[in-house]
Parts: sequence; C-alpha cells; structure tokens
Amino acid sequence: MSHSNHATEQVLRSSGVDVRKCMRCGKCTATCPAFDEMEYHPHQFVYMVEKGEIEKLAASPSIYKCLSCFACVDRCPRGVEPAKLVEAVRLSVIRKQGQNHMSPDAIPALLDEDMPQQLFVTALRKYSK
Amino acid sequence: MQRIGVFICHCGTNIAGTVDVKAVAEALSHEAGVVFSTDYQYMCSESGQQLMREAIREHRLTGIVVGSCSPRMHEATFRKAAAAEGLNSYMVEIANLREHVSWIHKDMKEATEKAIILGRAAIAKVHLNAPLQAGESPVTKRALVIGGGIAGIQTALDIAEAGFEVDIVEKSPTIGGKMAQLDKTFPTLDCAACILTPKMVDAAQHEKITIYAYSELEAVKGYIGNFKAQIRRKARFVDETKCTGCGICTEKCPMKKAPNEFNMGFDKRGAVYIPFAQAVPKVATIDADYCLMLKNGKCGICSKVCGAGAIDYKQQDEIIEREYGAIVAATGFNPIDAKVYGEYGYGTCPDVVTSLELERLMNAAGPTNGTLLRPSDKEHPHTVVFVQCVGSRCTETDERGKPYCSKICCMYTAKHAMLIREKYPDTDVYVFYIDVRTPGKNFDEFYRRAVEQYGVHYIKGMVGKVTQNGKQLRVQASDLLAGEQLHINADLVVLATAIEPDKTARSIGTMLTASMDTNDFFTEAHPKLRPVESPTAGIFLSGVCQGPKDIPETVSQASACAAKVIGVLAKDKLTCNPCVASSDELLCNGCSSCEKVCPYGAITYTDKEFRGPNRTTLIRRVASVNPAVCQGCGACTVACPSGAMDLKGFTNKQIMAEVDAICK
Repeated sequence: MSHSNHATEQVLRSSGVDVRKCMRCGKCTATCPAFDEMEYHPHQFVYMVEKGEIEKLAASPSIYKCLSCFACVDRCPRGVEPAKLVEAVRLSVIRKQGQNHMSPDAIPALLDEDMPQQLFVTALRKYSK
Repeated sequence: MQRIGVFICHCGTNIAGTVDVKAVAEALSHEAGVVFSTDYQYMCSESGQQLMREAIREHRLTGIVVGSCSPRMHEATFRKAAAAEGLNSYMVEIANLREHVSWIHKDMKEATEKAIILGRAAIAKVHLNAPLQAGESPVTKRALVIGGGIAGIQTALDIAEAGFEVDIVEKSPTIGGKMAQLDKTFPTLDCAACILTPKMVDAAQHEKITIYAYSELEAVKGYIGNFKAQIRRKARFVDETKCTGCGICTEKCPMKKAPNEFNMGFDKRGAVYIPFAQAVPKVATIDADYCLMLKNGKCGICSKVCGAGAIDYKQQDEIIEREYGAIVAATGFNPIDAKVYGEYGYGTCPDVVTSLELERLMNAAGPTNGTLLRPSDKEHPHTVVFVQCVGSRCTETDERGKPYCSKICCMYTAKHAMLIREKYPDTDVYVFYIDVRTPGKNFDEFYRRAVEQYGVHYIKGMVGKVTQNGKQLRVQASDLLAGEQLHINADLVVLATAIEPDKTARSIGTMLTASMDTNDFFTEAHPKLRPVESPTAGIFLSGVCQGPKDIPETVSQASACAAKVIGVLAKDKLTCNPCVASSDELLCNGCSSCEKVCPYGAITYTDKEFRGPNRTTLIRRVASVNPAVCQGCGACTVACPSGAMDLKGFTNKQIMAEVDAICK
C-alpha cells in the first residue's frame, strides 16, 4: 500500500511527522474548524501521505484552507500532528524551483482581511529563521 | 582436585545451529580436572538426564558443567538430577550457551569460540564450588489482602475456604470497592449490588476472615512465610464493637455539606455517615474534616442520639502489628481525572459526566433513585452522546492520557447505551468509537444487540469538542466512514475515561518491594506463566492493580491468586536459598557498611568475644547475617571494605576465577 517516493520522503522529513503513529480515531477531523472548506480533511491528509499521494494533496485547495490553528496537533492522542503535514506539503509547493517567491517586506502591503491566515503564518515560519 | 563432567546441549538446533557443539565438548575435555566431556541433543530430556547420572556414577564426578540454556530455565532440572546421584546440587554450574551465545550471534566460528570461553569460566568456578545445604524457614499460616474490592474479597474468601486465616485491609470505611458503585454488570445485566453484597456479607461472617476497614498498611518487613505488617487503624470516632449501624446519628447530624463520595459527589452526606445501606462493616464513621464537634467542639448531637454509646470523639489512630505468610496486593483502580480534557467540557459543563458518574445517575440507590436526570436542571435527557477512549490509547509521551487500552469501556458503554434505550425509548443515543473491542464470552453479541436490537447509533469517529450552547451541549465530531463532520445538540455527554491504578499502589509497592511498570501497575513474575505472582517471593497480585480487567476476569484472577497463596500457606516449612551472604568475623572491622546497604535488613551487629594475644579476650563489634532473611543479592559483598563479606556459591574467589578463565 505504502510506497516511498521522493516527494513523500521530503514531506515526512520536513514535517517531522510519523504517520504510522496514527490510529485512525478521527479526532483531528472532529476538531477541525475549517472542515467545511476542505476537500481533504486532516485524517485523510495523514492517510494520503502514508500512501504517498503527495501530488493529489499538493494540487488540492485544501492545503490553503487549513487555518494553521493547530487544534488537531494539540488534541491528537497519538501525537501525529496533521497540521505539520499540511504545512510541509504547502512548503513543497511554494519551494518549487522557478516559482515566484515572496519577500518578507512585501507582506504588510499584501495583508487584507480576506487573506487566508495560514499564508501569513507560513510566510512568517519560512522567513523567521 | 575436582573430577568434572562437561555436558554440551544442542537444544535441538537452538544451540547446535550456531555453535559447533562437538568442538566445544572436545575443547573443554582438555581443561584441567575434566574427566568426561560430551554433547547431547536435549540434555534436559529424561534420557539426557540419565546420561548425566550414568556419567556421575561411572566417572565418580564431583562437579558438573552443563552448557545449555539459561540457568533460569533448567538449572533446577540439572541440580535435581545430580542430587539423585548423591552429588550436592550446588556442584552443578551452567554455561549459558543459548541466550548468551547462539541466540545473539550469527557467525559459527565466533559463537563456538565464545561458547568454549564460557565453558572454561564455568569449569574454573566449579573447581572452587563447595557443597551447600539449603536451610528451612517456618511459614506463618495467615494471609494479608490489601484492598477490599471484588478482587480482594474473592481472594480472601477462597483462601479462607481452604482453612487459612485472612485479614483484609481496606482504606475506605467499607469493603466493596468500585463494584459496589456500579448499576448493572455486563453482559448479563444483573445488578452489581445483588451479586456483590452477599459476597461482602460472606467475607464479614467467615470465621477465618478479619476485615480491617478504614485502615491502611503502614509498613511491611520480612520475607515469604514470615512477613510482619503494621496496619494503621484510622480513627472513625465510632467504636466499631458498639455501633449497631442503626443510622440515627447519620440522620440527626446537622452538618450536611460533605460531598458524598459514594455517589461521585452528586449529593451530600452528613459528617457522620455510613457510605451505603449494605456497607460492610455497617458502622458509622465521622469525617473529621466536616464534624463540628471535632473541628470546634460545638455540637455533639450524634453522641446524644446514639443509643449504643458508640460515639467516641477522643478516638485515636491505632497501629496494630500482625504476622503473615503471604501478602496479596488487590489495590484496584480509579478513573483518571477528566478535567485535563478541556475540549470535552468536563468540569465546566455540568452535563458532561464520566461513565462511573453515569452509573450512579442510573442506580436505583443513587442520587436520582435510578431515574436518569441530567445534573444541571434535573431534566430527562433526550440526546445522549458517549465518547470512547478518553485518555486511553494515547501515545507514550502524551501528558494527559495513558498508553494502554482500559479494556472495560467498550462493554460498559454498550451496557449504558442499551439500558438508556430500554428505559427511555424516546432518547437518541450516539456512541463515538475508534474501535469496538469486545473479546470475551457473549461480549460481541452484547454489543451487536445494542446496535441491532436497541438502535444505538455507533459512529466510527471521535468527538473533537463539546461546548455549552444554551441549555444544551454542542458536540462537534467526525464520522469517518461518511467523511463528515457532525454537529449534534446533546443533553448529556458521557466520557469513557481511562482507568489508572489507585494512587496508593506506588507506596504499597515500595513497602512490599514489589516491582511496578511505568504506569504503576504491578508486574508479574512472568507475563504468561506466572501472572498472579510478583517477582518478589510471597507477594501475589489480584485484580486491576496488575492491569485493566473486567469483573469476570478479576474474579478468575482473584481465585488463581488465592490458589497460589494457599500453595505457600499449606507448607509447614519453606526451603531457603543457601546462596546467602556470610561474614568472616576475623576480617570484619565493624564499620556497618554492609548493614546500611542491605535492602532486606538481614545484617545485624553484635559484640563478640575473641581470643587475643597472651590469653586476653577482646570484645569486637562484628556483622552477622540472618540466612533466612538474606536474599543473596550481594550488595554487602561489594560494600565491605575489608573483604569480610562473601556470598556462598558466588564467592569473590569464584567470580575472580571465572574472570581469569575468560581473560586467559
């Protein structure tokens, strides 16, 4: 079922998540405030990464709907941290060569109240180090 | 010079597959003192033992080296075979060629070399072995059971039925434990009190059983067959021998603000109280934290109304000392505190309760007389949501939960759901589960009945959060099979909280020197083959203190535990291990180092007369070891600065000879 490929390995490495710890309880999806906006839900994220379906995830708008509120990370009884997978997939898309990259100075000008919060959080994470 | 026989076992292919057993036997045959060396397919078999016995006779062997499995496995077997030929058992040494060689090495050449070296070490030791005689110690024919729940009661009853005296020590005012609080029991739905209270009465009336309720274990000394325990009998401020249990004091007590533990704090009790109507012993207890008389000397009503004159405000804790041959830990469990799960609203929303609290809310003898009413407004709930695995099955590093499955929750939740649907068919019942685990006789059938016959909605998924929404609770949950997030307006939410060992288990384990795991469950001597014994001799395990289990399992284990206790108490004498420490009085300088490190209190110091030069006598302080108490751990031999302390069978000289043989 699970086949390893480069993209999967990269997501697992950059997220630091052990998807095998998941016991499929669904508390992440139960707790997710952005559920209605998402095509794939937190528990599916974990399962899809385990199956190596990174491309499907990367192409889905779900990764931009995640609020990065980390409720799933906080409440997961197995310490799986689904939001970190979302983050890692998002980063893998953003970091593709030849893409347009954002400069931190450009962020304040771009802020508007309709902008998804996670974009801001992602940008901060990416440039804070 | 010893005449040594060497026997190398193939253990089928376990050893012979990785070790060239013939080469080992050949190499060892050239060692000094070896007069016979051979290999055999199964040394532990009847014919293998016969081979050893014949060799002892023919070659007049004085020492034996067996290259085989771990001494934990078959040392006793080979010692017995040697003893049958008149050879002292302690002249047999084992070279562990299986666990220490063949199972951990892959290369045959290396493994064979190591096997030869271990064989040499054993031979070097046998050269210095001396025959040892095992002593005997008497057995006190009385058992102590710590904890008076169903596990402790059953163990005590079985031991008493075999004719031995048993004392039960229970920290709360009555025996009965958690089972006394339950409503119905799965899978037969008989009432818990109806099946438990007769057993409580049996225990109280049994001439061989003494119940020390409202008492705690204070200290334990000694060893198997000869334990000495101190029991603190906490002051009840009521004379147990006079109190008739009439209950007038509990009615007249003006202080009615103490939370009633038996009803999980849903109602209040008096400062003087009897936990429940069927309590054993049925004796009142005064709660010193609430009693007005004990707190500020004003009241005294209970004393005035008591016709038996049993109230005694001056009563003090009393410490009694008793001797026992065996001790049973039956310390039980508690649900974890669900307050750590803020997302479920426990502690902030009154209508979020735990399963044990629900038991009281559904019990005919409970605060609502068995009518299911929600705690907030005493209304009948129409939608009930059950959440499984609250704090169970968490990852090892989780700060809030436990890594194990609590085992009983799936079944009691099916029971609760079924009972609610039966009593109140207008109620919608949802159960959110991760897995439904129902192994056990008639267990899965029971769960399926809840679904198929009673229409309980089982949903594969988990509750994410519970919030107060007006008079109702808003439950946000996942339905994984439908791929949906659900929002349910519920009237009552029930949390199946994980169970954990009672908080007192750790300190009791320390007193008994009984080992425990990281979750504070007592560990067994062997997880499969010795499940009711602690690795510490004379300590036995009964009930949930060893691991989560339901009532049928607890009762079976309690009886198994009793059988093991009876096995000890039935003996008049126990054979002691002769491999104990002994002190050379001429070398001992009286420094007390050994006494300080001895974990068993086996070493004492005495002033002894010695002959000095010129017909004088000297008085010197020297160590002496009580061989019945010494467990042969060897701590003293390491601590002794003058080399006076030595362990029989493992003397410093023997150990050094082994090391020399290995380093040769």
